[in-house]
Amino acid sequence: MNFDDTPQEAAFRETARKWVEANAPKGFLAELSKSSLGRIRLAKHDMVEVGKAWQKKKAEGGWACLHWPKEYGGRGATPIERVIWQQEEGVYGKLTQPFQIGEGMCGPTVMAWGSEDAKRRYLPKLASGEEIWCQLFSEPSAGSDVAGLRTRAEKKGDNWVVNGQKIWTSGAHYSDYGLLIARTDPNVPKHKGLTMFFLDMKSPGVEVRPIKQANGMQEFNEVYFSDVVIPDSQRLGAIGEGWSVSLTTLMNERMSIGSRLATGVPEMFEFCSNLMLEDGLAIDDPAVRSKLASWAVKSSGLKYTSYRAISALSKGERPGPENSIGKLVSGIMLQDIATYAMDLQGAAGVLTGADEETVQGQFQQMLLSSPSMRIAGGTDEILRNIIAERVLGLPGDIRVDKDVPYNKIPTKGR
Amino acid sequence: MNFDFSDDQKQLRDQARKFLAEKCSPKAVRIVLDGKAPYDKELWKGLAEMGFLGVAIPEDFGGAGAGHLELCVIAEEMGRANAPVPFSSTVYLAAEALLIAGSDAQKKKWLPAIAAGEAIGTLALFEGKGNPSPKNVKLTAANGVLNGVKKPVADGAIADFAVVAARTGSSGRDGDISLFVVDLRDGGVEVKSLANLDPTRGQAEINFRDCKAEPLGAAGEGWSILTQVLDRAAVLCAFEQVGGSDRALEMGRDYALDRIAFGRQIGSFQAVKHMLADMYVSATLARSNSYYGAWALSTNAAELPEAAAAARISATQAFQHCAKNNIQVHGGMGFTWEFDCHMYYRRANAMALGLGSLSYWEDQLIDRMRKKNAA
Repeated sequence: MNFDDTPQEAAFRETARKWVEANAPKGFLAELSKSSLGRIRLAKHDMVEVGKAWQKKKAEGGWACLHWPKEYGGRGATPIERVIWQQEEGVYGKLTQPFQIGEGMCGPTVMAWGSEDAKRRYLPKLASGEEIWCQLFSEPSAGSDVAGLRTRAEKKGDNWVVNGQKIWTSGAHYSDYGLLIARTDPNVPKHKGLTMFFLDMKSPGVEVRPIKQANGMQEFNEVYFSDVVIPDSQRLGAIGEGWSVSLTTLMNERMSIGSRLATGVPEMFEFCSNLMLEDGLAIDDPAVRSKLASWAVKSSGLKYTSYRAISALSKGERPGPENSIGKLVSGIMLQDIATYAMDLQGAAGVLTGADEETVQGQFQQMLLSSPSMRIAGGTDEILRNIIAERVLGLPGDIRVDKDVPYNKIPTKGR
Repeated sequence: MNFDFSDDQKQLRDQARKFLAEKCSPKAVRIVLDGKAPYDKELWKGLAEMGFLGVAIPEDFGGAGAGHLELCVIAEEMGRANAPVPFSSTVYLAAEALLIAGSDAQKKKWLPAIAAGEAIGTLALFEGKGNPSPKNVKLTAANGVLNGVKKPVADGAIADFAVVAARTGSSGRDGDISLFVVDLRDGGVEVKSLANLDPTRGQAEINFRDCKAEPLGAAGEGWSILTQVLDRAAVLCAFEQVGGSDRALEMGRDYALDRIAFGRQIGSFQAVKHMLADMYVSATLARSNSYYGAWALSTNAAELPEAAAAARISATQAFQHCAKNNIQVHGGMGFTWEFDCHMYYRRANAMALGLGSLSYWEDQLIDRMRKKNAA
């Protein structure tokens, strides 16, 4: 048992470290080191522009999407090399936020289901950040039950005509392409009538509208489709096979092992170490210590769980199912920590401005943003279902609409 | 990075699991649970024959000389089997105290006997309520004899010797405490069994009356030695708790698959599935924290104090969580003496107190994290 690299890993790390040292946009280091939750914002620069420049540089140096094959813009690196790269890229990795959906979900789907022509045309530009991709799955009436989606695609000659609405699309307003799942046959059960496409986001009839979120920010979009034409050559997989294709996408979403989720623990430890209560420092209060300790061991537990997965990758094994717990644990913890930090602030905790008592309102922001952590990318409930069914082998839910034609499924509860 | 046990260590785990499945069935555990024996003597002998008692004891002292990672692997299996033997008292506490502070003669006297299954040892630290603290040690040592009462002492009624924490000064500092080894077979003690949460591991009161004792380690070093012993034991106990958590989770899962209510497997109801998923989360966090503790223990790393506290907290929480919800999944059947659920519930809650309570270790962890941050 050790934390050491193998000689090959050490050599790879050295190469990566030197390259980052020589090429990283160091001017943004301080700003990137600070922000820990939600979208990254840069005070004086456009995040997407800075991100694109960094991604392009990485692609030229052979460090973009490095686990992809070389002919599609990658480096042909092993999974463990990808993890080492992420560690060495460090906070600069935050600049790649606009490309993560493309790299993590859209790209692998095109790679698995696209034609050779499509792969050569789209993947290298996706890898280099020249073209940004978004994912168009969720709908207002289809979140956890995404197979219940309503957006229609109808065949007209060699084309498909799409009408409907998607929601929670990150980066739709700056994306060049989108991965779209739509209903092509409403007369069969819901999972069987879906087909996957990709489309040019500048196509006529595509309208992107920002969503004002519960936390007051605008980070996601609604995307409306009005008679949008997609050529049949941009279909991924067979007609009616969209659900299987989407599983490739979603499986890749859960495979991101090296990425660290924010837990709020370092911020909370620091806060309690400095906060003066009536009887002394908060961190000297037994009730505070008890909560802090419980959160600290959850956070360290997640860290060492990811180390176990990295070790499996290092041995060339598939990591076990342990990593499925990450978002479930950290999302709940973030919300609990924010609530408790404000409790300790007492009356001043209600203030959300740049007040000194509230440390510039960082926990207030955490509180208002944290509900999304428990919903996006699989709700807590869906994640528990996944653990129960795929890890523990418990039966799947009874699905009353499984064998019912989609157009016969009730749409209202009352 | 190789943050995992080696193939050899995994093989040892399989061997221990197979051995315990044969020799330590729930039926065997129940003999001790029902008070028909103070511990499972046959199993204890078998553990010695397998080399498990001395796995971390150097070959010079009659052990296998393997190491602490191997001991962690065995500890996990002991917890999984709910083994009714004085393993933790003897191996994690008494033997580790001797390894840290014992003289050559003391090691020669006791370690080979432990490895051979011929001596049961324990640590006599607590004196009634409270957590590990020099302030709570009232038993005195003067002129080579001990006077005072220790309780609860785990496995005290069956122990051949005890490592005893005694007061040798009154400055109010850690240096007031010294450790002693007492051969309990030599007299000078009155031992009384105490009813306790987990009858598969006895607790006792030991009354020392002018009892002859040999110093263990230097005078005034007792508390510093004890702190090291408790850290090591925290990691090793964490592995027992991890093993117990996994077993309780498995029992709950198996029952949820087997039991039909409302016309379907109860494991198909989300209320039950989600409860089991949360148990899996706790058990996984505990395992990962314990692995880090194992690494720190086996390399004697500077991180051991923090890693041990984290492993202890995480594993205590997980075992309590899994054991109580295992009963909940079983419903009424889980509350019968006949079903095994309560054995794990008892063990989980007794273990939560054995080395100091959860709140004690939470306190320790925060102190240790602050120390690290300050450094």
